Amino acid sequence: MGILDFLKRKGEPTANVARERLRIIVAQERSNRGAPDYLPMMRSELLEVIKKYVHVDIEAISIKLEQDSGHEILELSVALPDGKAPVKSDTAAG
Amino acid sequence: MTAEIIVVTSGKGGVGKTTTSASLATGLAMAGKKVAVIDFDVGLRNLDLIMGCERRVVYDFVNVVHGEATLKQSLIKDKRHENLFVLAASQTRDKDALTQEGVEKVLDGLSEDGFDYVVCDSPAGIEKGAHLAMYFADHAVVVVNPEVSSVRDSDRILGLLASKTRRAERGEKPITQHLLLTRYNPARVAIGEMLSVKDVEEILGISVVGVIPESENVLTASNNGIPVIVDANSLAGQAYSDTVARILGEERPLRFIDVPKKGFLQRVFGG
Repeated sequence: MGILDFLKRKGEPTANVARERLRIIVAQERSNRGAPDYLPMMRSELLEVIKKYVHVDIEAISIKLEQDSGHEILELSVALPDGKAPVKSDTAAG
Repeated sequence: MTAEIIVVTSGKGGVGKTTTSASLATGLAMAGKKVAVIDFDVGLRNLDLIMGCERRVVYDFVNVVHGEATLKQSLIKDKRHENLFVLAASQTRDKDALTQEGVEKVLDGLSEDGFDYVVCDSPAGIEKGAHLAMYFADHAVVVVNPEVSSVRDSDRILGLLASKTRRAERGEKPITQHLLLTRYNPARVAIGEMLSVKDVEEILGISVVGVIPESENVLTASNNGIPVIVDANSLAGQAYSDTVARILGEERPLRFIDVPKKGFLQRVFGG
């Protein structure tokens, strides 16, 4: 670096800050981007699996994808019917 | 024989899409390919200026789509390369002037006319024009500057290329994605003021097809209406030539990504 460059220099080495900010925001946006596409399909496939064991309908299953301080939480809740009756063995085996 | 369709896109504006489209199209023509370059920025025509053919625009892209002119009437032959043609954007303010069917018809027409490559210069943003520019593409050149908003937007665009294009919808082989880093300043990277090639590659998870150094020659070239790739003495022109060669499958090492060695006087006085 020349003397004049040194005198002219004003900038701070901020590339590291840019890199870290981008890493976080890009990761977050990528995860949000994927969500709407696979969630409905995952929900219906999960319903098929759960149906093998208990009688539930699709409204009994709720899936939420949430962001919580840097973590992503996939929350799945299934409201089981009264008595938790198992399905008949012929459908369970099929 | 179908033409290979290359979209030049970025999300963010002002990063060098049109400069890149002009140089890429010209470079492919210099390599002997028959090339058409199309301006998709309806309402904000600019490619014609960068290509230096602004006074020869008679019919435009929208005229062809609406059947008001033939492709042959609308393609403007480049002054320097006889196998290079420009299709200008319309200056209409009607945003719905382009349709998916209309764009497909034009691209099919270019294939029938024996074009090897069609370069689609996308408008900024992710609205209809940008969507149509990328929809039929086989390859994408995503232009990015080493700057936070540009990097973020290009990640968004990479996501759209992987999901909102004809290849993605049909489950065909995905679009080939090329990342082109422009306005790169190795001196500022060296002192930690600018994201490096490696930083951008790591953040986006894709390696670069080229790095174009920030260069005065780019403005000079646009002032003159001559794509910068024609200026073989400029570093930007050489970097674009390397990029075109890589897109055509050649392997070339990256140049101009390190601070040039300075002579004694330059070391003392800078510059």
